[in-house]
Amino acid sequence: MALIDIRHLSLPPRLADIGFALDAGEMLGIIGPNGSGKSSLLHCLAGLLPYSGECLFESQEIGGMTPRQRAQNIGLLPQSCDSAWSLSVEDVVSLGRLPWGDCKTSAVLDAMDQAGVSKFRKRKVDCLSGGERARVWLARVLAGSPRLMLADEPIASLDLYYQRSVMETLRRYANAGNGVILAIHDFGLAARYCDRLCLMANGGIHAFGTPAEVLTEDGLTEVFRVPVHVDLAARPPVITTK
Amino acid sequence: MILPLSLVAVVAVAFLSLAAGPTPVGVFSGLSDWLQGLNTPAAMVIGDIRLPRTLLALAVGASLGLSGAALQGLLRNPLADPGLTGASQGAALGAAAVFYFGLFPAAGEVAPAVAGLLGAGLALLLMLSLAGSARTSLVIMAGLAISTLAGAALATVLNFAPNPFAMQELVFWLLGSVSERSLKHLGFLLPALLVGGALIWRQRQLLVALSLGEQVAQSMGFALARGSRMIVLGTALLVGASVAIAGNIGFVGLIVPHLVRPLVAHRPDRLLLPSALFGAALVGLADICVRLLPPGREIQLGVLTSLIGTPLFIWLIWKDRQRWL
Repeated sequence: MALIDIRHLSLPPRLADIGFALDAGEMLGIIGPNGSGKSSLLHCLAGLLPYSGECLFESQEIGGMTPRQRAQNIGLLPQSCDSAWSLSVEDVVSLGRLPWGDCKTSAVLDAMDQAGVSKFRKRKVDCLSGGERARVWLARVLAGSPRLMLADEPIASLDLYYQRSVMETLRRYANAGNGVILAIHDFGLAARYCDRLCLMANGGIHAFGTPAEVLTEDGLTEVFRVPVHVDLAARPPVITTK
Repeated sequence: MILPLSLVAVVAVAFLSLAAGPTPVGVFSGLSDWLQGLNTPAAMVIGDIRLPRTLLALAVGASLGLSGAALQGLLRNPLADPGLTGASQGAALGAAAVFYFGLFPAAGEVAPAVAGLLGAGLALLLMLSLAGSARTSLVIMAGLAISTLAGAALATVLNFAPNPFAMQELVFWLLGSVSERSLKHLGFLLPALLVGGALIWRQRQLLVALSLGEQVAQSMGFALARGSRMIVLGTALLVGASVAIAGNIGFVGLIVPHLVRPLVAHRPDRLLLPSALFGAALVGLADICVRLLPPGREIQLGVLTSLIGTPLFIWLIWKDRQRWL
């Protein structure tokens, strides 16, 4: 049974006839140009946007779940996040338990460990660097232990160290038997860490499959309208404009 | 720890308020006489004059402190003032209509309060119907629009006041005071405090979820539109009832959450009760100061809270600025 099975999902004019399935333990990277519908798709799955079609989470329609049930199973890491107040790292991470209505300390501590933020748990989140903050937002979602994590460009504007750190955390989370769907613009990292990729264009799916199936020079050149060079045999994989 | 401390502060202020005044009276003996229905001078001073004034000051302060904390949490903005819901100007307009048109003569001394509550309710209805099912920011824009409209109507009432005395009475009433009120006024304010407080308290988890933005709150399963409306409704009830009873008591709703926030680790949910209690203590203390000032024309409570609140606010901004330099 697929963890999430999407059939004919549409949200005119942003998304049209999206369909794919993801198993537990898999990490799916959604790639595509700006405005191709990556964030809209993640927001539909997180319950932030209405949609037509079917979205089955472990065979249960997401729209039929209570908001709390949905939030317990599906966690969203938004593209941009900011704390309005000068909260401590520990307090921010514990917000992840809100869908459960508890303060399960073990889950919060575990999430901080996974995201590597334990050593500054007492510090104020507004006094951290951008990279440290990104990991705190990630730890917040991890604390809710969702079966499916949706991450909207989680490594945008991070340096190389934090990019790898966040991707490895997500990979470990998927390996633990959960599903991860992330929107990403770095094709090299997507090829290295994701099991499958979904190339979106104009609100629809242009290609879906393994990185080798999706990251082709012809496909990327057509969608991104620039000549693209692809070398997946290199370690790490190289995908760049010509 | 902060909650017991603020409770102690409220009790201490209440005791001081009962003891403060031109006539030295034993607080406990006066209270005991009043409760027993004895007609002693101490019972009259405590039961008829100081107790209503004290309880009203505390209730108004609690309403304003709580509504400020809730609205700042909802809007994720430390500059949000509870008056933004439009209810306070609506209440002021309603009360002003009493002075101008002599509405509700049968209600006697509580006529401004009745009209103020009606004005706040009307402003609230207008605001909610203007905002429709819109997002939070538009709800507040609608509140601001209704507030401005009520403010313009109030200015018109002042402009066409029938005589200078009516205008003076109205202006002084608007400046805010809890003197010359009775326990009947508390009968208006207390239900609003309880209902408004309960509406806000039930949404405390939404307030903490909103710390990270509306998207995060929604993705965590919170019904943002409904919850926001409950908070706005609760805030408007608290502010509308307070203004209807005591006029404008400035700066309490804005400054109290600022003062309390560092003491509760900046958590919007933990801010609610201490803000209510600190608000109560602050307004109670300000009212004691009003009574202790030299005899003559008494400074209005709302003027004093603004005079105290503004330098405090400037100091807080200055402190925050130093942090980022």
